[in-house]
Amino acid sequence: MADFIQLLVAGLATGGIYALVAIGFTLLWQTSQTINFAQGEFVMLPAFFMLIALGAFGLPFWGAVVIGIIVSAVVLGVLFKRLLVDPMIRHGVLPLAIATMALALFLKEAVKDFYGAEAQPFPPLAADINVSFLGASVALQSLIVLAIALTAVIALQLFLNRTQTGRRMQATAQNPTVARILGIPVDRMILLAFIINAVLAAVASALVTPIYLAKFSNGEYLGIAAFIAAIVGGFNQVRGAIVGGLLLGVIDNFAAAYLSAQYRAAIPLLLLIVVILFRPQGLLGRLEERTV
Amino acid sequence: MTRTRVLGAVAGLAIIAALIAAPFGLKPYGIYILTLWAVTTVAAIGLNLTLGYAGQVSLAQGAFVGIGAYAAALLTTHGWPLGSAYVAAAVACFAIGWLLGYPALRVQHHYLAFVTLAFSTLLYLVFRNEEWITGGIYGISNIPRPSLFGYLLRTPRDFYYFCLANLALVSLATWWLIRSPWGRAFVALRENPLRALSLGVDTRRYTLIAFALGAGLGGISGVLYAPLVQYIDPTPFSLLLSLNLLLMVIVGGSGYFFGPFVGAVVAVLLPEWLQSADKLYDALGPFSDVLRTVLPPDALRYVAKHYLVAYAMFVMVLLVFSPSGIIGFFDKRFTARKIEPPAPATAAKVA
Repeated sequence: MADFIQLLVAGLATGGIYALVAIGFTLLWQTSQTINFAQGEFVMLPAFFMLIALGAFGLPFWGAVVIGIIVSAVVLGVLFKRLLVDPMIRHGVLPLAIATMALALFLKEAVKDFYGAEAQPFPPLAADINVSFLGASVALQSLIVLAIALTAVIALQLFLNRTQTGRRMQATAQNPTVARILGIPVDRMILLAFIINAVLAAVASALVTPIYLAKFSNGEYLGIAAFIAAIVGGFNQVRGAIVGGLLLGVIDNFAAAYLSAQYRAAIPLLLLIVVILFRPQGLLGRLEERTV
Repeated sequence: MTRTRVLGAVAGLAIIAALIAAPFGLKPYGIYILTLWAVTTVAAIGLNLTLGYAGQVSLAQGAFVGIGAYAAALLTTHGWPLGSAYVAAAVACFAIGWLLGYPALRVQHHYLAFVTLAFSTLLYLVFRNEEWITGGIYGISNIPRPSLFGYLLRTPRDFYYFCLANLALVSLATWWLIRSPWGRAFVALRENPLRALSLGVDTRRYTLIAFALGAGLGGISGVLYAPLVQYIDPTPFSLLLSLNLLLMVIVGGSGYFFGPFVGAVVAVLLPEWLQSADKLYDALGPFSDVLRTVLPPDALRYVAKHYLVAYAMFVMVLLVFSPSGIIGFFDKRFTARKIEPPAPATAAKVA
């Protein structure tokens, strides 16, 4: 039982990180039909911004995290939209998706060539101690990660549902044409979605990198995990991404502990294939109609 | 039209002649790279069938190359001839490709990209973890070169001609295929699946065939790859290969017959040319000084050193300006000039 709770908390912590990345992924899809294959690299990169802020500018840890988030918002939010998505979207969904695959390759190789191929240590969020939780000994780090991820998710939900700007964003996602007629600045709302995605990715980066260390290839698995979380939950719903992320994190940890460490990565992939084949709209999603 | 056709034929013959003559002016490493180009092109031609003609996104082509390579490595190191590997790999890849096509019947575009991506990653895990058959991360070494009618293709040059002949056969078969009713059905599938269905095209069957044929060519590419490098481990068959092959097809021009050839030149040959720009300039005699000033070899070597970064950048810029790749870029230029004043038939085709 103690093992079970330990794994569950660790799984929820990982899942919280996946959920953050997956939410941004679905936001981009909803507001601008962007399938971002570079989503994993969007999590890999901010850690390096933070490392540079720490090393070259000698900032304290939290200062570096804030700087990392701001730089990410500009580079992975605004610049990504202006330089790649805006010129590509007129060619259609698929060419844009392929362009983001090229972007993933670009970011990964650029970090490898110009920063370093070795994994860089990254400051931990909390001291490496365990606390007692429901009779099990749980890493404090996991609890903090889970708390921050949940806070970010709840803040986002409140923003989307309770503020005028958030509701305008939802309107933009549901029907851009009508939103425009109603006087909503659709373009600004889409830009905001890109910025939110970048900020969430940067937060996820600060949470995940102390565990995995900062490495150019971190995005490979994180990106796949985010796709899986988004699709399993339901591609057209933020709620789905949260459920999908948490579910995936838990499955991931239990599979590694109880089934096979070698095939740990295979379980989520099989889950993905099964969901796509039998319930392509995801566990919580609505079916999108096909048009001629 | 006839003029362009004659020019095209002359250029084509010149390139074929150059490919045949090339090994006599190259060191073994140069021949190796050129062979790698031919082998890669075979896989890209396969993906072009699936993606370019039938419009089905696949991020699994690298996995099929892996299946072919492991089939060749396992069979030939156990004393079987390479011919048996051809059959085994082609049949296995065709069958698995056929099965992988089933998701494509249910989901399209990005969902399909994810399914094939998942498949590709799964297969990589199998290559890495099933040590009893694949040798795991230690791989399989001492893969022999094949022999043809009793003649052992041991030298780089002999094996290069063998691969070039394979490429030629695959090209001819594909050329025939895309002009056959099958090829037309693929294009109908890409352009508008629902309309194709209502016109009586069995879209179900053609989707599966498109996947299976593309996968089969991926397998054949792998069968050639294993004896070329003579040692394989799982690393080259990771998702990166599938991604690279996809980008190659897009860069060259997906849906154009020569797209994969051009794409493979950019991905495989160009970095080597940039690396050895100095020597290439020497061969050009009087122009070499001009070129050295305009394109300094040091700068080109720098690009070659960070080739993947530059390549990914190039792909993004190219996609913004011409989503139909390099060939599409030129095709549009020439067609645009040709159709003024627009003849109704051509205009309809362009639109």
